Order: sequence, then C-alpha cells, then structure tokens
Amino acid sequence: MRRFVLGIALIASLLLAACASPAASPASTDGEDVAAGLSGSISITGSTTVQPLAEKMAEDFMAKNPDVEIEVTGGGSSVGVKAAAQGTADIGNASREIKPEELAEFPNLKVHVIARDGIAIAVHPDTAVSGLTVEQVRDIFSGKITNWNEVGGADAAIIVVSREEGSGTRDAFQEMVMGDALITENAILQQSNGALRTTVANTPNSIAYLSFGYLDESVKVLPLGGVEATEENASNGTYPVVRPLNMLTNGEPQGVVKAFLDFVLGPEGQAIVRAEGYIPVK
Amino acid sequence: MNQAESNASSTVQSAAQKQPNRSNLKQRHLSQKFAFGALWVGGALVMLILLVVVGYVITNGIREVTWEFLTTAPRGGLSGEGGISTTIVSTVYLIGLTIVIATPLGIGAAIFLTEYAGETNVGSKFLRSLIDLVHFGVETLAGIPSIIFGLFGFALFVSVLHFGFSLLSAGLAGACLVLPTIIRTTEESLLTVPMSYREASLALGATKWQTIYQVVLPAAIPGIITGIILSVARVISETAVFYVTLGGSARMPTSIFSSGRTLALHLYYLAMDTNAFDKAMATGAVLIISIILINLIIDFVSSKLTAGLRENQ
Amino acid sequence: MQRRYRIDKGIKYLLFFSAIVSIIIVFLIFFFIFQSSLPAFQQIGLRNILLETTWRPTNGQYGILAMIVGSVMVTFMAIVMGVPLALGAAIFLAEVAPRAVQNVFRSAIQLLAGIPSVVYGLFGMVVLVPIVRRIPVPGNSGYGLLSAAIVLAVMILPTITSVTEDALRAVPRSYKEASLALGATHWQTIIHVMIPAAKSGIIAALILGVGRAIGETMAMIMVIGNSVIMPTPLTDNPLTIFLRQARTLTGNIAVEINYATGLHESMLFATGVVLFILIMIINASAHLILRNGERS
Repeated sequence: MRRFVLGIALIASLLLAACASPAASPASTDGEDVAAGLSGSISITGSTTVQPLAEKMAEDFMAKNPDVEIEVTGGGSSVGVKAAAQGTADIGNASREIKPEELAEFPNLKVHVIARDGIAIAVHPDTAVSGLTVEQVRDIFSGKITNWNEVGGADAAIIVVSREEGSGTRDAFQEMVMGDALITENAILQQSNGALRTTVANTPNSIAYLSFGYLDESVKVLPLGGVEATEENASNGTYPVVRPLNMLTNGEPQGVVKAFLDFVLGPEGQAIVRAEGYIPVK
Repeated sequence: MNQAESNASSTVQSAAQKQPNRSNLKQRHLSQKFAFGALWVGGALVMLILLVVVGYVITNGIREVTWEFLTTAPRGGLSGEGGISTTIVSTVYLIGLTIVIATPLGIGAAIFLTEYAGETNVGSKFLRSLIDLVHFGVETLAGIPSIIFGLFGFALFVSVLHFGFSLLSAGLAGACLVLPTIIRTTEESLLTVPMSYREASLALGATKWQTIYQVVLPAAIPGIITGIILSVARVISETAVFYVTLGGSARMPTSIFSSGRTLALHLYYLAMDTNAFDKAMATGAVLIISIILINLIIDFVSSKLTAGLRENQ
Repeated sequence: MQRRYRIDKGIKYLLFFSAIVSIIIVFLIFFFIFQSSLPAFQQIGLRNILLETTWRPTNGQYGILAMIVGSVMVTFMAIVMGVPLALGAAIFLAEVAPRAVQNVFRSAIQLLAGIPSVVYGLFGMVVLVPIVRRIPVPGNSGYGLLSAAIVLAVMILPTITSVTEDALRAVPRSYKEASLALGATHWQTIIHVMIPAAKSGIIAALILGVGRAIGETMAMIMVIGNSVIMPTPLTDNPLTIFLRQARTLTGNIAVEINYATGLHESMLFATGVVLFILIMIINASAHLILRNGERS
C-alpha cells in the first residue's frame, strides 16, 4: 500500500510540474527592497553586439551588489525590441536605431543609448589589400566585384561573409554602406558577430563587416576610405560607419533595473564601454 | 510450403543452376573471396571513420580537460575562456527535469498499451482503435525532426505560456522528444514478462493494478532503466531543441525558470562564436566520454536483463 | 476490497491519460506550428513560398525553394555516399565477421550513433572544411554541400547499418540453409537469397536514414555556409556545384528564429510545416513498405 501511495505521489508531482503556472515565475522585483541594499533579478536579451558588453557590466554590477541576479542572453536586435516591449525581458538590447514602425507599435518603449559602435571591414589575415573605399565595399558585398585583384589584391575570388536578416549589425551596415544595393546571395551567412569573426579568421580570401567590439588579432581590419577603424576616429566623426547601441525598457525603468542603467551610463559603466572597444556616450 | 518460401527456393535453384560445371566453382569461390575482401575493407573503413572522429576530438580535447576546466564557470560568453562547470550543472538539471516529466508519462502509457490492450470488456472496440491511435502518435513523435520540437517548445512554452527561455521550457520540449523512446523500451520489456506471472498474481486475488505494480513492473525494470538511460543520452547530445528553447545563458541556473546552456550547446557556441577551438574540442571530448560511459551502463543493464530473462524461463 | 477496486479504476484512468498524452502532444505540435505559420501562408501565399528562390525577409521576399533544393540535394548526396558503406558494413556484421569482431564492431556503431551532432559539426568545421577548401576552384570556401554531405553520410551510417543488420538477421535460417545445400556459395546466398528476402527491411533502413538526414540541424549550420541560393556550379565544370554553399530547411529555422519577428517569424514556422510534411511523407512510405514486407 505504501508503495502505491508513493506511485500516486510521483504521478501527481509530475502533473504539478507539467502544469506549473507562469505566475510562479520570478518576475523582476519592483524595487521595494532598494532601501535595504539592492536585490532582485534582471533579465537582459537581444543583440549579440551588445551582449558581451552587457555581460561584462552585469558581472561588475553583481560584484558590487551580491543580491542582484542578472541574466544576459543573446538573440538579436529585433528580439531585444520585442522582448522589452512585451515584458519577456526587463531590458532589450538593440544594436541599431529603433525603427519608426516599432516605435509606433510599442509607444511605451524607452530607448537608452548606452554606447556607440563602429562597424569595421575585416578580412582574413593573409589578404594582401591595404584599404577599401566605401564604394568598393558596397560593390564587393553586392557581388559586383568578385575578385581581390579588382581592388589591388591577389588574383583570388572574394568570399563574402554576412550576418542573417534581422541582425542589427546587418541592418546598420545595409543602411549606412549598402544603401539600395542588396547583399549578394552568394554570401556565407552566420548568425552572430562571433561566428562572423570565426569564419573570416579561418577562411582565406574572405571579408565581413564586424562590430568594433569584436575586433581582435585573428582578423585583419581594413581602413575604410583611408580612415583607420579606431575608436578615436569613430568618436570624432571621421570614420563613416557608426551606430548607436541601445538598451530598451518598457516605460521608465524602476528599482533595480533603473539602478543598473544608472550604473551603465555612469562613469564605471562607460569605462567598461571603452575597455571593451566601443565608444562611450558620456 | 508458403509462397514466400517457394519464391526463395526458386531463387536459390536458379542461382545454383547458373553455375553447373566445376571450372565455374573455382570462379565462384574466387568472386566470393573478392566480395568478402571488399566487405572486410568496408567494415574496416567504418571502424576507421569512428576512430578518426572520436580519436581526433579526444586527442585534441583531452589535454584541456583538467579538474579546473570541469569546475570553473565559462567566463564572458564570447571570449571562450573559462571552464564548463555551469554547463555541466545545466545539463544535469535539464536531464533531471526531462526524465521526471517524461518517465511517469512514458511508463504509464506503456503499461496502458500492454496491460489494458487485451481487455475484452464493453467498449473494447473503442479501446482498440484508441491504442492504434496512441501507437500512431508514438511513431509520429519518434519521426519528427528535433528542430520541430524546438519550434513547438518555442511557440507554446516560451511564448504562449510565458515560461521564457528557461530550463522548464527546454525540459518540457525535451520530454516530448524522449517520450517515444521511454514508451517503446518500456513496452518491449513489459511484453517479455511471462503471462504466467500475471495469471498467478490475479489468481491469488490481487487486483489488476496490484499485479502490475508488484509483479509485472519489477520484472520489467532493467528494460525501463535502459529506456531512461537512452533518454539521458538523447538529452546530452541534443542541441537543436535546446538552441531555441533554453536561451543559452552561461550562468549558473538558480531555478527552473533560469535560462541555461547544456554541454552540447556550449560546444556549439564555442565553435561558432569564439576562436577557442581547443575548448570546443575539450567539451567534445567530455561529451564523447560521457556517451561511452552511458553505452557501458546500457550494456551492463541489458546483460542483467538477459540474465533475468534466463532466470524467468 | 471495494476500495482496492476503486483505486484500480482510478489508476486505470491515470494510465489512460498518460497513454493519450502522446496523441495530445502530436496534436499540439500540429496545432501550434500550423497556427503560427498561418499568417505567412495567408499573406505570402503558397505559390510564392514554395516556388520562389529569393529569401530576403527585410524586403518582403520569402521564397524557400532554394532551401528545399538544398535539403534534398545534401540528403541525396549523403545517401549516395553513406548507403553503400552502411550496407556493406551491415552484411559484414551479419554474415562475414567473426563473433569477436562483431562485438567490437557493434559497440562502435552504437557509439557512432550516440555522438552528439555538434561534435560531428565541430569535426566538419575543423577538419573537413579546410580539406575541402584545398580543392582549387575559385570561390570555394570549403563550406558547402560537399562538406555537409560528408558529415551527414557519417551521421546516418549507424542508423542504416543497424536496421539493415536486424533485417538480415530476421531472414529465416532455412532460406540460407536451403541455398547452401543447393551448392550456392555463401556470397551467392547473400546476394541472391538473403538480400532479396530482407529487401523491405533494408528499404525501411534507407528511409529512416533519409529522415534522419533531412531533419539534421546543428551540424548542417556549422558546415554548409547557410547561403540562400539555388545551387549552381561555381565554374564551367558541373561538378563544382557540390562546392556551392547552401541552406537546409532545418538550418533556416535554427539560424533565424532568434532574429525574427512578425511575418518573418511566421514564415519560419511555415518552413517548419514544409519540413514536417516532407518528413511525414517519408515516414508514411517507410510505414507502408514495412507493412507490405510483413504481409508477404
């Protein structure tokens, strides 16, 4: 008999688990505890360009406020916008301007520009080209130029690597560099900035556009129109391809979320922005 | 002799008649030698493929697999630095959740299919067609590609039920994925329990459920365990479902509503998003070693099973 | 006594419930995937989805024909490469190999089947893609149909081998003995008696392999390049078509689901519906063939 009861209990607990109501989900705190030191949890999702930045900031913020739990996940800028607007995340990250139709659909959306980011042109380290103009980049990505020897390089076919549709980096690149021209169908498509970098680093004769925050020695960065891709050139306006990095909240931020955004926009947060290779806004 | 057999024997005869004389015999044996040689080469080739894939990943990965690697958290999702401790924890959590959800349902379904299928009371026609339908459902589930389970979990658990990208969403989607495995293996092992066991128990006055619970189930336990272990292996190696339901956070999960990252998912992120191929190989080595261990456990359990069967007879 | 029987009845209903859970899940999967794909089918139209090759969601172009072709091509190539090896391995395992070799071999196949697909993908990325890249064809990035098909061929090897082996072992002993007694060699017996007798099982194994191949996701994303383009040869040599990057239906879903909103997201569910239907057709044919095999 006892074993029988045990069996029933097992099945019942399973059913309970299966039907666990969403109400049990730990919603972000509304800041009642702020007076007694910060505590609560923040969920952040969206753009993979903002992700490493947000992760670093979350790490430092949690070190200062041990009772705060911050969870950063990737996704994409469009997901960041949607998640913030619909409340699936407390903060949504977007690495592009918020589109007018998005603002029209979600009028409550509050945009916080936390940093600015340049988009660099990165090629495989062995590529023998020392610089490209914006027109050349446009022609390469639209498939008009297909061989490196057309832009002063060796005789080798160009392998274009691009981001997915819906990526904030791709949207920004499309708007600022491509204009009306379409990115070639031949392009290898990868679904994150990191994957783009890995592909370019390992594929000879490849080229991609890459967020400043992801540049490292594994790829070669080309000057664009004679301007080096540096933070200095990006912040003084000479580098042509710069976009805002945004954190979005649904309405004015409250409590622990507000405290985190204050941290992000404060001196410590902006120092992290600089250290990670992005351009501070303050 | 039924038709199939006569067909077969006529094929046999024609095969034999094709080579009537002796000089042909030599040739026939020669061609057999040649064919078997080719089969040996084919077999060796398959072994070689296994050795190359497993060997490459393990030899390149094992150097990184240290105690420190296993017990430190991955640092900064995209730098690829750090170890795999949180991903091991996430994997274990997810396995636990999936198994807890799927096992009772799977075993229950299997019991119903085997023990109640033969009932001949009122409405048995309805029961019969229902059982056919359940079998169809199980077969369909088993054939659905995992990314579809992912889409489903994304649509229902993540979005509609607002569980978000979480262990719970992933666990529920994972449970749907492994349910057919548990049902099938449990069903098979229940079918091997001799009918005389049930008859003896019922004759002693036990109810049907008492019979099932105290006589049939204990005898079928090794088979059920095999099903559970197979499911564990499936959860460990699955990626697509969890890629779209788990969120991929590398932090230590704190509740079933936490986002997480399994070992296989971590390997994917390392390989795609970072240049840390050495860490990816190390994670791959850990995955392969755990699969090898699981295979050994299954072999052990099934040897118990056959031993048990021999005892039964 | 009364109570015991009441409990018995209660348990029966609980078991009944767990049995129909599978049907409920299948139904829910159908429902949610179809429902979420409805806006796409309504607003874009079946024709534009299935017969257009251009996929530019930001431009409102949602053709998935290139991905259907990609999925079918890579699966076909994997079958062509993997099946002869798998059949050979199965015959070897069932008929030729000594017992000791059989045991080792079977564990190896079991291990191959259990290795996570991302490990195959990683191996493909790190080892295979650089090798394929050495083929001197302009525009060959290493990522593409050939790399993907090789990875896939290895992945379907264990499924096809073990199901085929089971089918060969299920052939009644008497067939084999009769053939041998008539003076046929062992090899003739295998070719003319065993394989025809196990035909339906072997076909079922192939179809299972096809299902597994067309459903594979992560390993494909890692090595196929994900370009949405109708595969065409890179140069005048028609064989270079195999070096072309491509995208599978599964890859389309996994790669874009995190970036999609609105109609784009609905379109990914529509991709799932197409994949679902493709798989159902494949599975149904496996089912039919197996049933016919049992009957004869």
